[in-house]
Amino acid sequence: MQKKLIIDQDLLDITISRLCYQLIENHNNFSNSAILGLQPRGTFLADRIKAKLESLVNREVEIGYLDTTFHRDDFRRRETPKQANKTHIPFLIEDKKIVLIDDVLYTGRSVRAALDAMISFGRPKSVELLVLVDRKYTRDLPIQPNYIGKSVNTMQSQRVMVEWRDQGRKKDSIWLINNLDT
Amino acid sequence: MAQLSVQHLLGTKNLTLDDFHLIFETADNFKEIINRPIKKVPSLRDITIANVFFENSTRTRISFELAEKRLSADTINFSSSQSSVKKGETLLDTINNILAMKVDMIVMRHASPGAPHFLSKHINANIINAGDGTHEHPTQALLDAFSIRSKYKSFEGLKVAIIGDILHSRVAISDIFALKKLGAEVMVCGPNTLLPKYISSLGVKVELDVFKALQWCDVANVLRIQLERQQIKYFPSLREYSIYYGINKRMLDRLDKEITIMHPGPINRGVELNSDVADSEHSIILNQVENGVAIRMAVLYLLAGAKVDA
Repeated sequence: MQKKLIIDQDLLDITISRLCYQLIENHNNFSNSAILGLQPRGTFLADRIKAKLESLVNREVEIGYLDTTFHRDDFRRRETPKQANKTHIPFLIEDKKIVLIDDVLYTGRSVRAALDAMISFGRPKSVELLVLVDRKYTRDLPIQPNYIGKSVNTMQSQRVMVEWRDQGRKKDSIWLINNLDT
Repeated sequence: MAQLSVQHLLGTKNLTLDDFHLIFETADNFKEIINRPIKKVPSLRDITIANVFFENSTRTRISFELAEKRLSADTINFSSSQSSVKKGETLLDTINNILAMKVDMIVMRHASPGAPHFLSKHINANIINAGDGTHEHPTQALLDAFSIRSKYKSFEGLKVAIIGDILHSRVAISDIFALKKLGAEVMVCGPNTLLPKYISSLGVKVELDVFKALQWCDVANVLRIQLERQQIKYFPSLREYSIYYGINKRMLDRLDKEITIMHPGPINRGVELNSDVADSEHSIILNQVENGVAIRMAVLYLLAGAKVDA
C-alpha cells in the first residue's frame, strides 16, 4: 500500500479560507443561506467551514447534518446494509440557499441521495455543492461541484483518505492511497 | 456496515446483544424521520410485503403497515376471516400462493405457537413474527425495551415488573428474553393460576402481591387479561381480579418513588389499569405506540437489507 500526501495541515487551512471567501462572494453574510454537512464524513469539514465563516461574517451561520443512508440507490446491492447516522437540521430549509458539503466527490451517488433526502425537509431556493477533493473523471452521474478544494486525477484502484483532528488524529491530512500492492 | 445475525425475526430469544443495539440505533434514525414534515424514505421501494394476520389485531397491524409505507414498500393485507383458509387451505399452501405473486417479506400473526418458525424452514422469504399464539411477540418486546431505553438510557440494574396474565402472554415471554439479555432485572407478578409453572427457570423473580412488585420495580409493564385464550376459569371474576391486581392512582401515591407504567394495549380500563393511572404522567403507553412504528421500520429495513442477486 502506497500513500501520498495531497493536502497537509497548512494547505488545508489556506484551502478552507479560500472556499469560505468564495462562499461569501455568492452568499453575502449568510442571512438567507445555510450549510448542510453530509454524514458521516462531510460533517467535519462543515464544522470547520462554519467556524471560519462566522469569524468572517460576524454572525451565526446555520448548519445541519444530513444522513443519506435511507435514500441511497445501492440498498440490497451491497453485502450488508449501511448503518445510518444522525440527521439534524435545526432550521427550515424552505426558500433558503443551501450549500451541501462533503469531503470527497467520487461517483456522485451520495450527492444524488443527499438531494433526495434534503427535499424531504422542504424546497430550498437553490442548492450548491462544496467538496474538499474532487476526483475527476470518476462520475457515474451528471453532478459537478460549485466549490472545489482540490481536483485530483485518480484511478479506480485508488482511494482518497481524509483524516481530521476532530477524529483524534494529530494533524489534518488528506492522502491518496494506492490499493495495488507494488 | 451492519447486519442482524438472523434472517427472520421469529423471537427475541435468538437475538444477540449486538442485534438489539443495532435495531435500537436504527430505530433512533427512523424516529427522527417519522417526525419530519415528509415522513417517508425510499429504501424499500422495490420490496413487497404481505401482512398475513390469522388473528385479530389493530395496533400491530396498523403499525406494521405504516412502517412499511414510510419505507416505500408495497404492501398487501391478508386476514384469515376473508380468505380461503376458511375453505380448508393449509398454512404452507396459503403462504406459498402469496409468495408466488413475488412477495419478498411476510409479517405474520398466527394463533399457533411456532407457526412462523415452521414457515421459516419451508419458504424463501424473510419472516417477521407479529405474534404466534402464547409464544412470542418480538417487535412488541423490542419497542418496550426501546421505550425504556429512551427514558432510562441504560438497562444495567433496572428493575422491570411484568404484571398480569403471564400464562397467556406472548409479550411477557418476549419481554423477559429481551430485558434479561439487555441487563435488566425482571419480575413477573400475577395470580398463581396465571403464572406458568416453571417461569422462574427463565431467571425471573416471582411475586404474588402486586403492591410489593410495584415497590420493587422502576418500570411496571401491565398486561391485559386475555379472556379470549382462557378456556377455563383462572380466577373467580374480573371484579375480583381488579380488586387484587388492578393498579390505581391510590397505590402509586403510596409508593415513595417515581415509577413508569407501560401497557402493550389494548387496555381494559378498570380491570388491570385504572384510567387515573393509564392517563397519568407515569404512563408512557402512547410513546410505546409511536416507538412501535420506528422499531418496525428498523426491523424491516435491517432484514430486507441483505444482498440480492439482481
